[in-house]
Amino acid sequence: MKSSTNIALPISHCCPACGLLCDDLVLNSISPVSIKNACVKGVSFFEKAFAKNTANPSVAGKPTDLNNAIQAAANILSTANHPLFAGLGTEVRGMRSVMQLAEKTDATLDHIHSEGTVCNTLAMQNSGWQTTTLTEVKNRADVILAIGTDIVSSHPRFFEKLVWNTDTLFNKPKPEVIYLGLAEKTAKLPEIMNALNALMSTKNPLHKKPDNDMISGVTIASLKQILEKLKAAKYGVVVWSTSALKFPQAELTVQSITQLISKLNETNRVAGLPLNSGDGDSSVNNTSTWLSGYPTRNRFVNGHAEYDAYHFSTKNQLNRCDALLWVSTFNAYQPPACEAPTIVIGHSNMQFEKQPDVFIPVGIPGVDHTGTMFRMDSSVAMPLKKLRDTELPSLSDVISQIEAKLA
Amino acid sequence: MITLLKNGRIYDPTSGKDGVIQDIYIKNGRIIAKPSASEKITQTYDLTGKVVMAGAIDMHSHIGGGKVNIARMMLPEYQETKKYTEPEAHVCTPNCSHNATPSTTDTGFRYIEMGYTAAFEPALMPVNARQTHLEMADTPMIDKGAYAMLGNDDYFLRMLTAKKDQKAINDYVAWILNATQSIGIKVVNPGGINAFKFNQRKLDLDENNSYYQITPREILKSLSTAVHQLGIAKPLHVHCNNLGAAGNFQTTLDTMSASDGLPMHLTHIQFHSYGTEGDKKFSSAAAQISEALNKNKHITADVGQILFGQTVTASGDNMMQQLNAKHANPKKSVIMDIECDAGCGVVPFRYKDQNYVNALQWAIGLEIFLSVEDPWRIFLTTDHPNGAPFTSYPHLIRLLMDKTFRNEAFAKLNLDAQAMSNLTSLDREYSLYDIAIMTRAGAANLIGLNDRGHLGVGAGADITIYTDQTDREAMFAKPDYVFKDGELVVKDGKVVKVVWGATHTAKPAFDIAVEKDLKDYFEKYHTMQLDSFKMSDDEISNDGRGSVIVHKNKKSSH
Repeated sequence: MKSSTNIALPISHCCPACGLLCDDLVLNSISPVSIKNACVKGVSFFEKAFAKNTANPSVAGKPTDLNNAIQAAANILSTANHPLFAGLGTEVRGMRSVMQLAEKTDATLDHIHSEGTVCNTLAMQNSGWQTTTLTEVKNRADVILAIGTDIVSSHPRFFEKLVWNTDTLFNKPKPEVIYLGLAEKTAKLPEIMNALNALMSTKNPLHKKPDNDMISGVTIASLKQILEKLKAAKYGVVVWSTSALKFPQAELTVQSITQLISKLNETNRVAGLPLNSGDGDSSVNNTSTWLSGYPTRNRFVNGHAEYDAYHFSTKNQLNRCDALLWVSTFNAYQPPACEAPTIVIGHSNMQFEKQPDVFIPVGIPGVDHTGTMFRMDSSVAMPLKKLRDTELPSLSDVISQIEAKLA
Repeated sequence: MITLLKNGRIYDPTSGKDGVIQDIYIKNGRIIAKPSASEKITQTYDLTGKVVMAGAIDMHSHIGGGKVNIARMMLPEYQETKKYTEPEAHVCTPNCSHNATPSTTDTGFRYIEMGYTAAFEPALMPVNARQTHLEMADTPMIDKGAYAMLGNDDYFLRMLTAKKDQKAINDYVAWILNATQSIGIKVVNPGGINAFKFNQRKLDLDENNSYYQITPREILKSLSTAVHQLGIAKPLHVHCNNLGAAGNFQTTLDTMSASDGLPMHLTHIQFHSYGTEGDKKFSSAAAQISEALNKNKHITADVGQILFGQTVTASGDNMMQQLNAKHANPKKSVIMDIECDAGCGVVPFRYKDQNYVNALQWAIGLEIFLSVEDPWRIFLTTDHPNGAPFTSYPHLIRLLMDKTFRNEAFAKLNLDAQAMSNLTSLDREYSLYDIAIMTRAGAANLIGLNDRGHLGVGAGADITIYTDQTDREAMFAKPDYVFKDGELVVKDGKVVKVVWGATHTAKPAFDIAVEKDLKDYFEKYHTMQLDSFKMSDDEISNDGRGSVIVHKNKKSSH
């Protein structure tokens, strides 16, 4: 059913494949598809988007038309008392409609990458933080400390765009990049960060230990060196990625990082830059916050929003919900296994191990329809363009129609 | 479809009507002249004994954009609505709501329930314009608009250093208004947010930004001239240097002269009216500030009154918020440098009536309200949420209108603060007419909303109807009826119909050649392209709810 008209002219385009939202991609979507300036993630994203697909809406694994599928989804949600809306791989407009449906159906909302988002939110809610954004990094950073992340794996063009750039507003040197706690050392970061904070105080007994003593595999000398570099920086930037901090109470480590930044700012300028994980996590978190008053992991009870960063996780709710609505529009991620009736709305390439009760393929934001997305630093929201005409509806179209059919 | 509002007592300062009994006719969302006898009146509201005013306009309220959402995100505990049974302060009344960070939906509902039909976000960061408009688009019931922040962006400061001519500055300012869908220009701590990125911690009016070798005074002169020459109605909106610092009143007085007699608006002036007298080296300079305001007719100001209880301060002024963070309560704060454009600082605050400084801040705000003679040049704000949530306006109105109520509250404050204030010697009580000027006619006039803030023929039918009560707080907290664009949307203080309101903008013409240099700048130094930065009308109106209203410029002086 997918006849599509591709737009002939190569146009500059915004890539939603990671949180950098590079908008200098030049795309020619007439076969053969060509993409300039895209990184490996971007190329893969657009190749999958343009792959020929044959998905139809289905109910109980049997192809049906869109109306029937929407009715079936509405039926499931009408009888559910505690539906879980998870995945939530979407942009702002999609999330607005999801929130409205959640309010009507008393749903719990959780994003696929919220484990990381919540770590940052909890740290921020506990002590606040001092952060910066991409253009500041590009023009000001002279020291970059990357904690637990090589940055490029999740944000491939970070160095090309923000570190190796030759044009800067203030003729600064290329920044020195320091990596801390990569690979197997990541698990040691809680101790390493505590040591760094301790060394900020000259009275701390740690200063009396020999420089070649090790703390979780790092010498005291090298920790002191990191601090000296940050203290000497005109504009130091500390980058971390919560998706790399795969240990319990990782928010305490984030807090340890932000405390260090805060302390350094008593004398010179250093700012944090938390990386995100993608699939619209920043967009969903921001939209949720202004619409309900609460960031990610919340729910509606009798139309009123409630917030709990722990209890409302997908993991905790999968066995408690009586319906699952799984949304994944950027990537063809399958829903987690769930006993409850399952509705899937998402990428048309989605393959299932177990057919969901309802599947509705929808367009990809930034490919099949326009949209708005928040960058990793949340200060910039970017417009996404439409690249082709398809018969695929947008997520917000489908959600609104489901809402209209609720019993 | 003609609606008749019959026999109401009209307070409409634009036409000089001070309690005149008069009928109002509404058709197609507008106020019309008395129709001919042959035209059918569809609906009549008998307003005998009721007070009728235009819908109120909040000319300065942080209702959307990055820092507001950061405040919501950081303070989930604020969403729990406090009951009056646990008052925040001795002077609390049932209308002291302490939800400082309402969702967009709640923002729209609480405003309209108080009879406000428009609110203006005073600190839209150009690079964050899209988020600000997204949040305002999701704010129902009221009209919206924004002032775009300039004066700390590296693009503008480079222009000043390069001694670009005023025309080039004007083109850039006009371009910003168009690209960000704003109606006015604001400058926050001129040059200071930028200087903070170079590790300067303080910037006086005549002190250089260390990198650009430019003073705040030069920034103010350049921007106020641009706003004036472009014919933008709203005067340059100025958040002075040294916010919150003891002794800052001198900076404020000096700032009044920085525009060389051109119109300028000094915002939340209460936070900029502090002296250094007394044992605690913190005193009221309300008398000096009020005297200067009375004398300098080209200056307008809004107060930024503080009221006691828990709130959060959300400001573009990260330089001063970095200093204020040590007073944070609860102890947390977000300080950001943003995109070589500006910055933000979000610091929760709990104003306590037994704290000397807080009590005096409360008194200073009221002293200014009562000492500035011309209600057309002073505006009622709490700098929501910085001084207090906007939901405290009815309480504030009563403080202005009811001397006994005011003095009783004053008597409960920190005693040292009482000793340092002359508030009880100020006998003035605002009249309903004065309140209608400050919150309607004056605000509309200041922003350039020709068809709002008044009840004349042709005006948009944004109308609020109150029961006259001696308890002015109760009266202004719960209007009987509110009409938005001619539709009844609130009855007995409760929303009966959801509408979405429009976005007010000003779009002065500019030389499109301005984009040539901007495009180059964006490609070299920014992390987004020029085209992604600009916001189109469609982005506001394409969901079928919002719409863009473009206000004509005043006659340009050039």
